[in-house]
Amino acid sequence: MYFQDLMLKLLEFWGSKGCIILEPYDVEKGAGTMSPHTFLKALGPEPWRVVYVEPSRRPADARYGENPHRVYQHHQLQVILKPSPEDIQDIYLDSLKAIGIDPLKHDIRFVEDNWEAPTLGAWGLGWEVWLDGMEITQFTYFQQVGSINCHLESAELTYGLERIAMYLQDVDEIFHIKWNEDITYGDIFKKPEYEHSVYSFEKANIETLKNLFNIYEEEAKNVIEEGLVLPSYDYVLKCSHTFNVLDARGAISVTERTHYISRVRNLAKLVASEYIEQREKLGYPLIKEGM
Amino acid sequence: MSNKYLLEIGVEELPARLINGALAQLKENTEKMLKNERIEYTNTETYATPRRLVLIIRGLSDKQSTLKERVKGPAKRIAYDDKDNPTKALQGFMRGQGISIEQIFIDEHNGEEYVYGNVIKEGKDTFTVLSNNMADIIKSIVFPKSMKWGGKNIRFARPIRWIVSILNDRVLPFEFEGIEVGNLTKGHRFLGSNRIVINSVEEYFSKLEDNFVLVDQNKRWEIIKYGSERLAKEKGGNLLIDEDLLDEVTNIVEYPTPIIGRIEKEYLSLPEDVIITPMKEHLRFFPIVNDKGKLLPYFITVRNGNKEYIEMVVKGNEKVLEARLEDAKFFYHEDIKQPLEDYVEQLKNIVFQEKLGTLYDKTIRIQKLSKKIGDYLEVGEETQRNMERAAYLSKADLVTKMVDEFTELQGRMGMEYAKQAGENEIVSTAIYEQYLPRFAGDELPTTTAGSILSIADKLDTIAGSFAIGIQPTGSQDPYGLRRQALGIINIILDKRLNLALGELIDSALYIYVEELGLVFDYSSIKKEIVDFFNGRIKNMFIDMGIRYDIIDGVISTGIDNIYDLKVRADKLNQYLEEDRLTEVLFTFNRVINLAEKTTSTEVKRDLFVEDAEVELYEAFNDIEEKVLSCLDKKEYDKALELFIGLKEPVDNFFDHVMVMVDDEDLRGNRLNLLGKISETMLLICDLSKLVK
Repeated sequence: MYFQDLMLKLLEFWGSKGCIILEPYDVEKGAGTMSPHTFLKALGPEPWRVVYVEPSRRPADARYGENPHRVYQHHQLQVILKPSPEDIQDIYLDSLKAIGIDPLKHDIRFVEDNWEAPTLGAWGLGWEVWLDGMEITQFTYFQQVGSINCHLESAELTYGLERIAMYLQDVDEIFHIKWNEDITYGDIFKKPEYEHSVYSFEKANIETLKNLFNIYEEEAKNVIEEGLVLPSYDYVLKCSHTFNVLDARGAISVTERTHYISRVRNLAKLVASEYIEQREKLGYPLIKEGM
Repeated sequence: MSNKYLLEIGVEELPARLINGALAQLKENTEKMLKNERIEYTNTETYATPRRLVLIIRGLSDKQSTLKERVKGPAKRIAYDDKDNPTKALQGFMRGQGISIEQIFIDEHNGEEYVYGNVIKEGKDTFTVLSNNMADIIKSIVFPKSMKWGGKNIRFARPIRWIVSILNDRVLPFEFEGIEVGNLTKGHRFLGSNRIVINSVEEYFSKLEDNFVLVDQNKRWEIIKYGSERLAKEKGGNLLIDEDLLDEVTNIVEYPTPIIGRIEKEYLSLPEDVIITPMKEHLRFFPIVNDKGKLLPYFITVRNGNKEYIEMVVKGNEKVLEARLEDAKFFYHEDIKQPLEDYVEQLKNIVFQEKLGTLYDKTIRIQKLSKKIGDYLEVGEETQRNMERAAYLSKADLVTKMVDEFTELQGRMGMEYAKQAGENEIVSTAIYEQYLPRFAGDELPTTTAGSILSIADKLDTIAGSFAIGIQPTGSQDPYGLRRQALGIINIILDKRLNLALGELIDSALYIYVEELGLVFDYSSIKKEIVDFFNGRIKNMFIDMGIRYDIIDGVISTGIDNIYDLKVRADKLNQYLEEDRLTEVLFTFNRVINLAEKTTSTEVKRDLFVEDAEVELYEAFNDIEEKVLSCLDKKEYDKALELFIGLKEPVDNFFDHVMVMVDDEDLRGNRLNLLGKISETMLLICDLSKLVK
């Protein structure tokens, strides 16, 4: 199965389960969870079902395109089901069948994993799903987001698309994944991986980035005071990504690190609180008959 | 009395490490409830798989035992009218309790007469009682971390999806947050049926086994252990058994099938820990070793399922391990590109604790402190040199790629990389041994250098933490200071090190002042640390079977050489077990009480008047030297024996000599004699702490 077919199959599968199919969100981020389609929608009592692919940047994981398993940017396929249906695990396993993984021919396990995202003030309980020992999905029941308890708990499924594709295509290196019949993952991403690695580890201007962080933080604060949730949240994401680059660049000491994380977390909390307040004022428009 | 009850809590995969705790609570809470509800039973059993917690109660009585109760009613003076007929008050009482006038009697309570009734309460049937209680039993199970789901108002480690509740062959229903309670269960996720009807408690186990679920964890444990051992034998090796891992694996599968896979030979040239750690910690694989304990190119993993398509599962697992080992190989080769000592500089960028400096600062402190300890112990020059080197390199591996990825390899990689860099055997081993013991019952350092380094590292952490106000309180001990203190004590006892704890603490604290300029209330912090250690020592000695009063007695002497305290306490404990001390305690308590009034230790023979005081003085002079020489030889029991020989002259002294006389010189002289005796006693043990 080609990489693009893997994405399409999963989007289609979850679309048929009542998820709206969305595009990636256009601000840099480290994980699908950080998209406002997850972060904000997980808050409050409104139901929500969504699936989207999210290119996710992790500067510290960059390896100059030389490591067979680690990359600066990978692709997550993100599913949110709120509230979590009772047979969520069974539906998930059906999604594996849809991409050609027959559970009877493998060893599929739900292995304890307590997920936590300190910059988002978010945590949840769940599992890593193992396919013959390999982690292919992160499965989490959100308990807290933006440091606020979840009214209605969501189930979050995050598929590691590259890993699944490597398994399905039986290739040993991420860059050998076939995107379609003619083009490989390496054709598209090998050069960008190298460039981003050089930038993140060697060239990023530390002073500039530290200044940018401060500016983004300031802007996020100013904008949220105007009651503008999404514009403010964009700058929270910018802060988070800038911090990740600085961290990869080795520009942040251990003590500073905790401090930066708590600055982002505080912003995320401001945005989350404002969002909840506004949805309440609007009378929770997503609570509709029959949903 | 032959009723059986079955409860199955169907859950999404529970974390293996939480299962035993949950079962223990399920059992305990159920038994407590049955007792409170006056329901008899023969026994309770608990079982678990990752997807179910199971409780079985056997031999349940049909109903609650009948309760005969004496219930207090109104006072007699208002219970009857002037014609001795029951008043409204008494009638109301009888009606309320459901009793007639024949079951009434009068008794006194606090000086007033009251009406009492003999109330007999028929027990409710077991069916009803269990229906009323089982929901609470489930809700009473608590986990270290729990969650909410689907908007329900309960917390559990993972979502509960179904409940089976059956008394004999009948569903015993109760309301549980909208979750179905009945007789429907599920088999193995992929191999079994998703809808199994359980008609009676009897058929529960066999029906689930037909559906590829072995409910009894002991059965699964045996299949995994013996099956894996057999596979290992076939390859001419032995399973490297790790009981904790075996228990964990037992609780992550419902239908275990051990399978064997290969490790690519090229990885076997890596240090064994580097191979074993990802296998065990990350993948829950069992390694296989040959008769000499050398790793063989195989691993065993346990599939949650049967033997169908086993080659595919093996292949998948091999690939995953290979990816991990490829990572490890990369880290290893990157790390050894520079010698271990080159990493030391980088420790300057890593904070040990915000107020206690960087890991580099800690390295320098450990170096100084271990040198001090070496000086106390008068270790040779060579050991000092090795220790200094090992201390300098001790934390360097923390900035290597391998330890960054596999933190549990700290110390082990340090040892490995030290060897690679040409450091000698003692230095390399000491780097590993600095972290020992890592947990209760773990191995202890074998080398002197490793022992001292380990003590210095731990003591530095303890002293620094106390100095900045991070002490363990109650169940809170985030830095594991208690474990570290126990580690120090264990090493001291094991190596029979003669170290004065007070001086050690002084050194550790002083180094903080000298190196970091740390400011704190020196004497009170020191006292806190001494008390903290004494608390550990006490607990530990009690665990070793020494009487707590003996421990108080020896600690109270002010001696802070831990090894000496242990020898002393042991000997005295043996001595006391023979029960020879009890009758003399009274005598010596009198000595101690009066000795507190002593002004000097000078005793003048010519001031004695009575024979009894001369006799005591001579008897004491007679033993004093001998006691001291026994103490030198650590023959504490003999010393005590000699000392207790003074009982007769002391008793005689108190019988015939008045101590608190008006004549100041006489009085002082007598007190001083008692003072000297008391002082000698304190060299052995504070007898006033002992209880009969």
